[in-house]
Amino acid sequence: MSTIYILWLRQLKRYFRSKSRMIGSLGQPILFLVALGFGLGPVYEKAGGGNYIAFLAPGIIGMSILFTAMFSGIEVIWDRQFGFLKETMVAPVSRFTIMFGRTLGGATVASLQGCVVFLISLAIGFRPLSFVTLPLAFVFMFLIALLFTAFGTALASRLDDMQGFQLIMNFVIMPIFFLSGALFPIEGTSKVLGVIASLNPLSYGIDGLRGVLIGVNHFGLWTDVGILSAVTLAFLGLGSYMFSKIQI
Amino acid sequence: MNSIEVKNLTKKFKEFTAVNGISFTVASGEIFAFLGPNGAGKSTTIKMLTTLLKPTSGELKLNGHNPEKEGDVVRHSFGIVFQDPSLDDELTAFENMEFHGVLYNMPKELRRKRITELLAFVDLTDRRDSLIKEFSGGMKRRLEIARGLMHHPKIIFLDEPTLGLDPQTRNHMWTYLQELNKKEGITVFFTTHYMEEADKVAQRIAVIDHGVIVASGTSAELKAKTGKQTLEKAFLSLTGHEIRDEGASVSDGMRAHRQMWRGKTK
Repeated sequence: MSTIYILWLRQLKRYFRSKSRMIGSLGQPILFLVALGFGLGPVYEKAGGGNYIAFLAPGIIGMSILFTAMFSGIEVIWDRQFGFLKETMVAPVSRFTIMFGRTLGGATVASLQGCVVFLISLAIGFRPLSFVTLPLAFVFMFLIALLFTAFGTALASRLDDMQGFQLIMNFVIMPIFFLSGALFPIEGTSKVLGVIASLNPLSYGIDGLRGVLIGVNHFGLWTDVGILSAVTLAFLGLGSYMFSKIQI
Repeated sequence: MNSIEVKNLTKKFKEFTAVNGISFTVASGEIFAFLGPNGAGKSTTIKMLTTLLKPTSGELKLNGHNPEKEGDVVRHSFGIVFQDPSLDDELTAFENMEFHGVLYNMPKELRRKRITELLAFVDLTDRRDSLIKEFSGGMKRRLEIARGLMHHPKIIFLDEPTLGLDPQTRNHMWTYLQELNKKEGITVFFTTHYMEEADKVAQRIAVIDHGVIVASGTSAELKAKTGKQTLEKAFLSLTGHEIRDEGASVSDGMRAHRQMWRGKTK
């Protein structure tokens, strides 16, 4: 049994063992899907946008992955003081292995959340163009998950306590979500929003997801995959580096 | 071979010298108490011994190896029980120990065997498959000791091992540790603020204050040197009666946070 595997397994066990957390974290996505989907749907359709729920679903899937992944990464702040992570710091294992195993586990959990939200969206009437492209959708989901788990870990490696968490929540996670094309199409908005969205890695993830699920795509699928993969690798590198610098 | 050899060890953090050229040895199989007031340099020293911090200068050897140069070898040779529990709340006792075994490259059969042995040793066999969040503070501490011993370390470090525990558990813990020390010759290196315990249990003691060792020897020697009847009085005589105020550390804040969100820390 390798170290990476047990760290990965640990994240999964923790996820499946807390039923209340599993269900609780679905609350927001369901709310957004239902309230915005059925609330703004008629308006969007009237404005000539088409089926809003179809447009929205990939955005909400992306949202749940973003949040779950970032939280999982940020949990490192807690873990390293009070948790299992502390013991890994004195074990004869490389920091990179620890970070990688944990990130992989966190990303898997976030992707699973994304899948659950996908199933929920099916339940409220969303239909992807074809079920053949679902594996591709999962690739995008996993890339988004990996990117943001690594990003959360990098941030958490620099923070000393949970105080910064509020700042991150409101000034990092929320803007990333709202300015990613998750809730509204990027084209047609102001130039400023367009620029911000194009600098936001989540935009490419959601765009790719949307392209694969309903065939609506803004940047181009290959651009999406390319940029997403490149940024994910960069954040994995950054996350590893920051993690290796942690001092207890 | 001595378990621990420290020569002129120094650690500076920018302007502040936390540890200032200290020297001491701990013999193999010894029960050694490392005492000192708040902010004396205890934690910094332990962190250097346990590969968590690099010394600024000086020589450091653990079981004959240099923690800086032979990090992994050194890590295989010691176990540590931290002041704050480092167990995974949402895993079982078995899983926590199993993970430790994997981290220390122990093969499966050996892991299973050690887990059974050690759980029995600390009287937690019947809680093998219970989640840690159901454990009391004392049980967690016992499990951490069991876990720290999994890979047959030659030294076990304990940072305030009996803090906040009831007398029965404290008594049990020292009984385990002394038994272990006698049977397997494991070196026990601990810090504590409970002087009566150190007095009862430690074979040798070093007192650190303001980053320097102010006294070392057996409890009797320290009492004789200061002309005091108890180790506590000797300690106060060596380190002064003034209260040492430390700034709130990050862990203090987080401990409070944990207490708020997760209920009792015990």
